[in-house]
Amino acid sequence: MVTRAIPSRDELFAILDRVKDPEVPAVSVVELGIVRDVAVTEAGVEVTITPTYSGCPAMREIESDIRDALAEHGLGPVEISVVYSPAWTTDWIGPAAKEKLEAYGIAPPGRVERDELVSIDRRARPVRCPFCKSGDTERKSEFGSTACKSIWFCRSCRQPFEEFKAI
Amino acid sequence: MNRAMSSPAFFEYLIRLGDDRLVLGHRLSEWCGHGPILEEDIALANISLDLIGEASLLLKLAASVEGQGRNEDTLAYFRDAIDFRNALMLELPKGDFGFTVVRQFLFSVYSLLQMDALQKSRNADLSGIAAKALKETRYHVRHSAQWVVTLGGGTDESNARAQQALNDLWRYTGELFVADDIDREVAASGDGVDPSTLEAAWREQVLPILQRAGLRVPDAGYMQGGGRGGRHTEHLGHMLSEMQILARSHPGASW
Repeated sequence: MVTRAIPSRDELFAILDRVKDPEVPAVSVVELGIVRDVAVTEAGVEVTITPTYSGCPAMREIESDIRDALAEHGLGPVEISVVYSPAWTTDWIGPAAKEKLEAYGIAPPGRVERDELVSIDRRARPVRCPFCKSGDTERKSEFGSTACKSIWFCRSCRQPFEEFKAI
Repeated sequence: MNRAMSSPAFFEYLIRLGDDRLVLGHRLSEWCGHGPILEEDIALANISLDLIGEASLLLKLAASVEGQGRNEDTLAYFRDAIDFRNALMLELPKGDFGFTVVRQFLFSVYSLLQMDALQKSRNADLSGIAAKALKETRYHVRHSAQWVVTLGGGTDESNARAQQALNDLWRYTGELFVADDIDREVAASGDGVDPSTLEAAWREQVLPILQRAGLRVPDAGYMQGGGRGGRHTEHLGHMLSEMQILARSHPGASW
């Protein structure tokens, strides 16, 4: 048996930071806040994750990508536990990851508004076009190609684009 | 697992929560590829996905509370209509677009209030699922409410269709708020919420939107019920035959 140094928590996070979101490959599952914790235990590696949207079909692929990434470093067996509380929020996405999203062509999420009542009159906050940076944009639909995105249109450069919804 | 976790009432309660969302999620998925415009097709598929995702989490929790070796898939695909506990409103055929959005609105407001209250469940898993579902449901309420106002205030035809949908659906709304022994037991233990406590707030949110849409609220009359006890309309069996055929014809299939 080869004795390896037990990787630190930071090193484990660095390994998982290479696992990209399969639907938004510009950012990692660590940057999105999906990975809540990771630790080496006597039995192997324990990873704690939280789902983004209840029905996000990428979650299973993310789990298998996490296993593969750790296995590449000779770490395992991997035990993945899913926690639901606190509920995932886009407020966990840091400034660096938001810049990566914008560079990738997806407008990053703004701060989550804590509205208790649902107002149908609420105007969408202005979102900056990720391509030409104009603020002259309009929301076309609150629902986009994946659960986490909405559809926008830039009146300045006449391009449709997507926004990562604040939730 | 403590004694409270394996409570048969809590299992039953979770099945009701899960089945409501599974059945409506499936009905919405029937619009995929048939939406009136592309954005709406995508929106309905998104809402469907949220609901099926919520159902999956709730049924998974139900299976673990039951502790009989079942999981969310066996609960969804290997129960017959008589074992489903969804409210009848949710199993009715999708109808026209007006029917679909009016039903979505009536249910989404209900779900919003229910999930908001369930955030305080003493069961940590249910409280976490509710907190997540609440965020998603806000989008569902806003989207469906905007459509109700648009259709009600649109053309004579869109108004007539929305009004017809409301007339047809109203008699199914009462069932959402009927509390039985199961509800009272889980409310008393702090695991669940008594649905009858949600009705006043539901009317407070629903009625102004209907009024703004120019829709007349049907007179209170006979309310249809039975879904919570497994007494369903003929439509559920037909729906399940389509929803379950793959899992039953090819058990354990994966792709």
